[in-house]
Amino acid sequence: MGLEIEQPCVELSNIAVSDTHGENSPYFAGWKAYDENRYDEFTNPSGVIQMGLAENQVSFDLVEKYLEQHAEASTWGKGATGFRENALFQDYHGLKSFRTAMASFMQQIRGGRAKFDPDRVVLTAGATAANELLTFILANPGDALLVPTPYYPGFDRDLRWRTGVKIIPIHCNSSNNFQISPQALEAAYQQAQSMNTKVRGVLITNPSNPLGATIQRSVLEEILDFVTRKNIHLVSDEIYSGSAFSGDEFVSVAEILEDRDYKNAERVHIVYSLSKDLGLPGFRVGTIYSYNDKVVTTARRMSSFTLISSQTQHLLATMLSDKEFTEGYIKTNRERLRKRYEMIIDGLRRAGIECLKGNAGLFCWMNLSPLLEKPTREGELELWNSILYEVRLNISPGSSCHCSEPGWFRVCFANMSEQTLEVALDRIRNFMDQRATAKPKIPFRKIITDQAVIDMYSCLLA
Amino acid sequence: MGLEIESNHLLSNIAVNGKHGENSAYFDGWKAYERDPFHPKNNPQGVIQMGLAENQLCFDLIEEWIRNHPEASICTPEGLRHFRDVAIFQDYHGLPKFRKGVANFMSKARGGKVKFDEDRILMSGGATGANELVMFCLADPGDAFLIPAPYYPAFPRDLCWRTRAQIIPVHCDSSNNFKITRAALEAAYVKAQEDKVNVKGLLITNPSNPLGTTLDRETLKSVVQFINENNIHLVCDEIYAATVFNSSSFVSISEIIQDMEFCNKDLIHIVYSLSKDMGLPGFRVGIVYSNSDKVVNNGRKMSSFGLVSSQTQHMLAEMLSDDDFVEKYLAESSRRLAQRHSVFTKGLEKVGIACLPSNAGLFCWMNLRSMLKEQTLEGEMMLWRMIVDDVKLNVSPGSSFNCLEPGWFRVCFANMDEETVDVAVKRIQDFVGKETKKPVKGKNDQGLNLRVSFSSRRFDETVLSSPQMISPHSSAHSPLVKAT
Repeated sequence: MGLEIEQPCVELSNIAVSDTHGENSPYFAGWKAYDENRYDEFTNPSGVIQMGLAENQVSFDLVEKYLEQHAEASTWGKGATGFRENALFQDYHGLKSFRTAMASFMQQIRGGRAKFDPDRVVLTAGATAANELLTFILANPGDALLVPTPYYPGFDRDLRWRTGVKIIPIHCNSSNNFQISPQALEAAYQQAQSMNTKVRGVLITNPSNPLGATIQRSVLEEILDFVTRKNIHLVSDEIYSGSAFSGDEFVSVAEILEDRDYKNAERVHIVYSLSKDLGLPGFRVGTIYSYNDKVVTTARRMSSFTLISSQTQHLLATMLSDKEFTEGYIKTNRERLRKRYEMIIDGLRRAGIECLKGNAGLFCWMNLSPLLEKPTREGELELWNSILYEVRLNISPGSSCHCSEPGWFRVCFANMSEQTLEVALDRIRNFMDQRATAKPKIPFRKIITDQAVIDMYSCLLA
Repeated sequence: MGLEIESNHLLSNIAVNGKHGENSAYFDGWKAYERDPFHPKNNPQGVIQMGLAENQLCFDLIEEWIRNHPEASICTPEGLRHFRDVAIFQDYHGLPKFRKGVANFMSKARGGKVKFDEDRILMSGGATGANELVMFCLADPGDAFLIPAPYYPAFPRDLCWRTRAQIIPVHCDSSNNFKITRAALEAAYVKAQEDKVNVKGLLITNPSNPLGTTLDRETLKSVVQFINENNIHLVCDEIYAATVFNSSSFVSISEIIQDMEFCNKDLIHIVYSLSKDMGLPGFRVGIVYSNSDKVVNNGRKMSSFGLVSSQTQHMLAEMLSDDDFVEKYLAESSRRLAQRHSVFTKGLEKVGIACLPSNAGLFCWMNLRSMLKEQTLEGEMMLWRMIVDDVKLNVSPGSSFNCLEPGWFRVCFANMDEETVDVAVKRIQDFVGKETKKPVKGKNDQGLNLRVSFSSRRFDETVLSSPQMISPHSSAHSPLVKAT
């Protein structure tokens, strides 16, 4: 062994060493508790139940049944014919059959109220990549996007990390059911001005994560008018569009644009993905749909960094072109999610807990503000801590979603069986009963953030 | 639904600066090909695509494996039980079995001389995504990487477009068979410092694209010494590792640093992919392998932006863990590539055309310097236009690889069947034969007397500035898009 020579540390980039990936937030500490003590119906019935993961596991059987009955979707056909063409296909336009199927699927989700042109569909490896890519195209480093709070924690990474773009919150609160008001929009814009920061666009999630509610038509119209007046972009992340419990209640910005004959549409871009509606996050299927030709062209070129596996495109092109399958799937999936939602709302209500009225998504937005010792972020984290260690449920505190009003929690209900959900609801009922009879509470435990565990679970930002 | 676009000021600088690189002449040959693609029966006079570095020689081996292993697919009756677990798996660590399989494949491609730690393997969107990811980890906007030229035409896009880093080419030429010398690296580094440019690292491609050569042990050692002494990073793009005709002649960077005790291993990073070695560019399997814990940890978080589809990970996990298959595949692939290379280069030699002696890759670096009317970029472009329009071969002019010595062309030979290779060789032979029979006017008379005559109308000046370039990945009418 030679001499140990001390090396001056060669620096990595600022991006590499910054914290903007967001993974050092307490949000991830909940994973540690879950990881150390995972609930299992048989082997560990008192373990921690994971309710922080927005996954859709209620409709797998429909997809599996489709695959069983349609051998042509499997592999590349008998004897692997068509394999080599597919394996070679790296065209960033994507498989035309797949783009067409995606456009058609998006159209069906909106009940045919909006038309989608396959040539405007740009494919990316997941909505994570789509949101980042759009930000690169619409904003320069130091510029800002306005994002309504509460919002998906992953946006801090996706919109800001490598792009150098800032997020300025549009504050929403329970006084009007967290709707985005014109005043809030204007206030956020003014805040940017006071920071000498150029606003490039508004990014909304509709249906909303974490609220689990669709944005009303009138609010969408206001937002559209706002971005037009300010001459900025509008990105509408509609990743949960197929998870609206009733197809009629979801209004996409695409419908409004169609009604307006596409006037001013070139500033609007829609993000979509199959990770939530179809429960296929592993396949990395994201899309950008833009009404702006230059954005489409540029996004397509940029998608070279994040194309969808041609193998996966091929499988999904077949499946999503099957209108009988897609119509049945959309309808059944909505129905099952609605049923789950009603089950959890009912269970929570009987425990004395109210939620925001929701009509979409894989989670509900639960109001525990009456339980807070102090109406502050610290108070919220203390309560969260209790729920994690006493009730043994990993749910997401509103502060991790940048909610300005403490006491709200996002609770996922579609990533488990109905039995597990019953167990979770029982535990919550017990917890509430105990609090009502004022039993002494477990002292606050400092949440240790274990880098290895954070590392392990931060990838599951969902 | 074509709407009028607002002016460009509404988009970012990155969106409008043209650094996606598609306005280069490199892509113009694609237009000619797409308009008139060769087909042995349906269009035997069409343009033969020799500008696409694809490996189509060993699909039969992979197809056979797939037929024999239906459980590797999550859609077949045999594999369906894995469907939901795979479909839900989005962990950016990647399937452990997939990483193990990749580490195994990488090791075997290097003759087992090195072992790779599967926990240092990161996924990305193809090597395109991998190169960009590495740059995001290592370079700040404005920082520079030295890159020996000629180099892969898409590096400016991959390494600089969104990262805002810059490339400093280290020009190589035929005086020493395009080898990278310590002196050239030093000179480039010193100049960068004089220009107040912060050099963060050196990126080499080994085996080289477009040269098709592997770096020898001495050069590699000297490169490692250079980066160590200057405390800068070394990124080795080893995407063509298994295309070496004889695996024992390939020395990978991992092997070199094994024996160099004074090397700071935190500086060494490898980019890899299955697009060339296995001919699977559509599957987007990009890999970053770093010896630096920091790069691994941060790069892993970044890989969220370009994870490999879990469906693909699952299938490859099975395939690459099959040692019998991997060993047989690597041996056979090398053998077929060597044979293809030999057929092609011998065919060219018959008419006095030499290629740079090479031992790897999916292409040759063909020397047509003696056929240039003038030893300039313009001369090269004129010859190129002739080859595309008259000989009907889409080859890639050296200038598109930032080669300063005019007259070199990269010619791909592994993306076609044997018959097409023969047609291509014959066309070149006919072309050269025709040209040598023409009377030579003018005072220049170099070597082989292969002066090219042409009429000026063939030199299309719009070549260099055509706005509607199609990328190499665009194949709207390409026979490759049969799946649609």
